[in-house]
Order: sequence, then structure tokens, then C-alpha cells
Amino acid sequence: MQMTGAEIFVKALADLGVDVVFGYPGGATINIYDALFKNVKVRHMLCRHEQGAVHMADGYARASGRTGVCLVTSGPGATNTVTGLATAYMDSIPIVVFTGQVPTLLIGNDAFQEADIVGISRPCTKHNYLVKETKDLARIIKESFYIASTGRPGPVLVDMPKDVLIASARYELPKEASLRGYRPTYEGHQRQVESAVRLLLSRERPVVYAGGGIILSNASGELAELSGALSLPVTTTLMGMGAFPGSDPLSLGMLGMHGTYAANMAISHSDVILAVGARFDDRVTGKVSEFAPHAKIIHVDIDPTSIQKNVRVDIPIVGDVKDVLRKMIKLVKGKKEATAFRGKTAAWRGQIASWAKTHPLTYKPSKGKIKPQYVVEQIHKLTKGKAIIATEVGQNQMWAAQFYNYEQPRTFLSSGGLGTMGYGLPAAIGAQVAMPGRLVVDIAGDGSIQMNIQELATAVQYRVPVKVVILNNGSLGMVRQWQELFFDGNYSQTCLPRIPDFVKLAEAYGAKGFRATKPEEVPEVLRKGFAADGPVLIDVITDPGEMVYPMVPAGAGLTEMLLV
Amino acid sequence: MRHTISVLVENEFGVLSRVSGLFSGRGFNIESLCVAETMDAQVSRMTIVTSGNDQIIEQILKQLNKLIPVLKVIDFTGVDTVDRELVLVKVNADGDGKQEVLRLVDIFRARIVDVAPRCYTIEMTGGEGKVLAFLQMLRPMGIREIVRTGKIAVSRGM
Ligand SMILES: Cc1ncc(C[n+]2csc(CCOP(=O)(O)OP(=O)(O)O)c2C)c(N)n1
Ligand SMILES: [Mg+2]
Repeated sequence: MQMTGAEIFVKALADLGVDVVFGYPGGATINIYDALFKNVKVRHMLCRHEQGAVHMADGYARASGRTGVCLVTSGPGATNTVTGLATAYMDSIPIVVFTGQVPTLLIGNDAFQEADIVGISRPCTKHNYLVKETKDLARIIKESFYIASTGRPGPVLVDMPKDVLIASARYELPKEASLRGYRPTYEGHQRQVESAVRLLLSRERPVVYAGGGIILSNASGELAELSGALSLPVTTTLMGMGAFPGSDPLSLGMLGMHGTYAANMAISHSDVILAVGARFDDRVTGKVSEFAPHAKIIHVDIDPTSIQKNVRVDIPIVGDVKDVLRKMIKLVKGKKEATAFRGKTAAWRGQIASWAKTHPLTYKPSKGKIKPQYVVEQIHKLTKGKAIIATEVGQNQMWAAQFYNYEQPRTFLSSGGLGTMGYGLPAAIGAQVAMPGRLVVDIAGDGSIQMNIQELATAVQYRVPVKVVILNNGSLGMVRQWQELFFDGNYSQTCLPRIPDFVKLAEAYGAKGFRATKPEEVPEVLRKGFAADGPVLIDVITDPGEMVYPMVPAGAGLTEMLLV
Repeated sequence: MRHTISVLVENEFGVLSRVSGLFSGRGFNIESLCVAETMDAQVSRMTIVTSGNDQIIEQILKQLNKLIPVLKVIDFTGVDTVDRELVLVKVNADGDGKQEVLRLVDIFRARIVDVAPRCYTIEMTGGEGKVLAFLQMLRPMGIREIVRTGKIAVSRGM
């Protein structure tokens, strides 16, 4: 059947099972909007800024595991997606961003609303396309979803000139995408896995260092099983929060710059590290030359470029972490070597437990001021640990990671790699759209929330009942913390003079606004806010002097932690 | 250490910028880069000369492989290869120097491809050592311009 490019676009999305597109229209995509108008299968949600649209697609993907989709116009619409693409790229999130483009004949002419988005987005996408002919559109759409969601996932951008959307072609959506230059390795090499297990079992002080790859690969079950079979202590990265149950006695919490004392000590004193779906980011390793000096390292990752990139690895295994963990489980489960291993590593677990006991995550209450950590604890209590938590960036993000015990994968949505302020609210909206029955909370900072606050309008328009809790410290707290510690307390450009009034702002958008100014008000205000219908914004006035601890100063080794 | 890397890529628009962008974005250096179609019109070959320690070279090879239009990456280090480069050199040719230039062209089995009143344009192909030696010998005569293709390489035997 002959169809216009715009119709092909909409039909292909419907045939691929896309239920929602986050977007913003313009001249270059107006034909698609006309086709969408006539289609009932694909829902379109109108955001208020294209950056918000991309983060929504990203939050949708993180919460559900399905590929998020975004549609924007050419030029400024396209360039507004760059931060969202870079955010998804750094955290390996499967999204596809479709951009309109000026007609093919005008490309390169500095035409109205032209931007070379394929060139601009090349370093922050897994792959991108410029569609040259209408007949290629369906195939490229198929390929873009395939690339985004397989191997190490990531964002893909498809740029569609207006004439390609207007011209007609036969609609043929390939059943399979096949790209001869793209064949991800899923199966870990069996002998390599055997050597890894042999090495692991030969050591006395093991730690598992688990990253976002566990969540992307849906391998939390396998991680728990392997850890259980060998009584392996597990620390997770920021991206790995929820990959291993926070309440498990073998959980050490997060490691790295703001990691727990126990996790950083355990990594530093371990004699073998099993790194799975993690990439030895500098925020995790601290000073690389002092990272885990006694440990042999086994590194499992689907992306070969992650291995041997930042640290020297003894046993590399390229493959899907789920497959590799399964193979490991098979080699140890119920075996007498496993029992012996659990026995000989008991002393090590005892050592870790004593680190955890002497230096738990904590804070000093102060009279009359609301401690942000307390707010996060109260959110945890109130939601029984079952909410999906999105975060902004800064101190709020670290406290959200430290003081909410994540039990399940896909419940902690945060911009880890890029550290994008303004991520949380749109991501929370996207997550809520994907998971309508869940309670979704954005733990926000007063700085970050203003970077995409306009998306409150989207939440109100579509009745997306996200709850935003602002830890309002009147400052760009994380930067202020560095100024406090390393720049003599010169708070250069980090003071936010409590503008705007967030409660009034929420009301102006048609959302509900609440405020807590005293510690004793917090539980009740949160309870009321979470119980209210529709989008809610809760402004919690917190202690501006509060700092995130432990902290490993940039460039220091992991054991050099500043403590409460 | 220097490495010559041969990369087979889909012959499609934008591939060169993906490869060169990878090098610049990650701070890898490119000493030379040649691209042309292969026997299969849908496939191009890039020959890249780069340098770095083992870890950097490992990253370069892996990152190249990760690009979707890249079909195959071969590091020629430790492989027996024939490699060649073509240079065009404009050199002063007057007075005594003229005879010397002609002698060098003969010795290096180069060719004069253009003659102007006081200047010859010489075409020469060879491996890296030969090219460098030739340019070295011409230098006293006064080189006006050098244009080099960069290295291409193929493995020896079948
Ligand atoms: C888009 C962007 N700009 C700047 C930064 C640098 N930055 C990191 S944390 C931070 C402060 C964030 O302030 P706020 O949202 O109030 O969070 P707090 O640390 O106070 O909890 C800044 C400016 C960033 N991460 N992202
Ligand atoms: Mg703040």
C-alpha cells in the first residue's frame, strides 16, 4: 500500500507497539502531526520543552524497560534534545528521538530552522540516521528501535526531511532488523566464566560491584541468586540502586564519592572484585592508582569498550550480564566448593559488618531545622519503599540514593553519567505514564527543579499524578558544599534567594502545593501531599548548611572519606 | 607505538565523520587516513595510521568496532604487510641542482610528472622509509610543496 512518509511513520510506530510519543510540533513535522491526529493507537503527549520530552521518554524507558519515543521539529526543536540525548547516552537508556528536518534540497543552505542534528548528535547517540528517501523510512525506524534496545542500549536519533515525510512509498516494515556491522555478544565465553569462578573461589575477601547493567539486563534475580549461593557482599553504583535489595544483609549500599563507609572500605580491602554491568567511572573509583590495590578484578560487560578502559582487569568477560551470571550460578550452586567458600569468607563478612556498624549512613539532627535526610527517610517510610523515585542532581540526588532503601530494580531513576539538573520531573512524568498504578516521586532540589519546571503543565494537562518533593535548601547545595570544603566557604553564585514561591507556582500551574517548614510537620505534609489527587509539589524548607557525607574528595583514594 | 589499522566500513554517507569524530572526541590521534571503495562498491576501506600505548590502541580498535557501519577492523601490527604511500613533490630545479634532482629521481625510481621553468613536480611511491629518505635527499635542492596520500597497506600472501 502506498502511504506518505508521515503516515508510514505513524503506522510503523503503531506496528512496533509504541503506545506513547512525547513530543512538540513544528513546521518540519506538521505532516506527522496531521497523521497522528487521525490515528488512535499512538498517543502523543505534548510537553512544554523538547528537553522535557526526551527526559520523559528516558524515564518511561528506565521505569518500564520499553524503548521511549520522542518526536520534535527541526532546528531549535532538534537542538533542544541534545541534553536529553547525552543524558540517555551516558546511562545507556533505550530511546528513539525523531527529528524533523528541512526539505532535502535545502539541507546545507542554512535554511530556516535548519540544524545539522545528525552531526550535532553523533557523539551523544548510539547511532543516528538521516532518512534520504521515503522508501527507507520504515526500515530505518525498525533498525532504530533494534539498535536502541539491544546490546548496550542507548539513544538513537532519526532525522526526517520534510519532503521525505510528504512523498509516498509502499509501506513495508521488515520483520527483523539485520545490520551486518552490529552483532552484540550476548553469550559470555564459557571457559572465561569458569576461570572467573575459579579465581573468585580461590580468594578470601570478595566483593561484587554491580552497576546499571544489571538493571538494563533484567538480571537482579540472577545477582541475588549468585550472591546468595556464595554469600557475596554486594555494593552497587548510583546507576545500580535497586539492582540488589537494599535490605539484604549482604548489601553494602552505594560505593564511590558519596558511597557508604562499608562499601568503600570493602572495595579497598577486597582481594577479588566481581564487576558486573559497571564501568569504573571516576566517581566510583576515586584516584584510580589507589583503587582496590589488593584485588584481582573480574569484569563482565556487554560492551567491550568498557573493559580495560579505566582500570586493569584480570579476567574480562564480554557478554550479557544475565547470561554470565546464570553460567556462574550453574558452576557454584549446591557445590561443596560453595560451602567451603562461604565458610572461609565469613571473617571478611564480619569485618564488613563491623565497618557498617561503626560508620553507618547518618546525620546529626538539629533543633528546629528540617534535615533533608530525614525527609527522604520519611518518604521511604510513607511509601513503604515501594515508590518509583526520580531525582534531580546535586545533594538531593545523593540523599535520595543514600536514605531510601531500594528493593527493586527500575525504582531509582537518576541522571548518573551526565548529572543533568532538570532530569527528575520529566523523568518522573515519563515513568508515571509507563507505570500508571505506581506512586512516582521526584526528589528534587530548588535549583534543578527550575530547569524543567514547565513540565508541571504537562503533568496537569494529562493528569499525571507525580509527586515532587523539593529539598529546598535555598542554594545550589552540592556546589556550595564544594565551596564550603575546598574554597574557604566563598559561596560564589550558589545562593538561591527562595524565588519563586513554589506553592504558589504549583497552584498557578493547576497542581497542588504544600509546604513544610518545621521537622514535626514533615510526616503529615508528605502524607497529605501523597494522598492528594493529581500532580503535587511539596516544598520542604531544609537546613541550608547540611552536607552529603561520606565524601571522598575529587582525586583522593576511596578510603580517604570525610565523615559526618 | 605506531599502528596501521585497516577498517572496512559500509560505503554510506557520514561514515568518515563517525570515524574521525570518534578519534577527535576521545583524544586519539590520527597520523594519516585514506579512504576509498573496495572491490565491493558497498564497502569502503579506511587505512588509519595512529599511535598510542597498548591500552589506547585496544580502545581504538574496540571503539571502531562499536560503530554500527564498521564491518571489520584489522590491526596490521605484527602482520606481514606491504605498505605504500604516494607523494607529489615540487622541487627547485635550476643550476647544479637540476642534475642532482634527475639523479635522485632515477635512483628512487620516481617520475617527473610536470616541468616548469625552474621547478619539477615529482611523483614517487614507496614504503615509509623510502619516502622519508627521498624527501630528505631532495631537501637541499629546495622543496616548494609536498602532497602525501598517507599510507595504505595490504597483508602479504593469500
Ligand atoms: C544542567 C546542569 N548545570 C549545572 C550543574 C552543576 N551542578 C551540579 S549540582 C548543582 C546544584 C544543584 O542545586 P539543587 O538542584 O538545588 O540541588 P542541591 O544540591 O541543593 O540539593 C549544580 C549547579 C549540573 N549538574 N547540571
Ligand atoms: Mg538546592
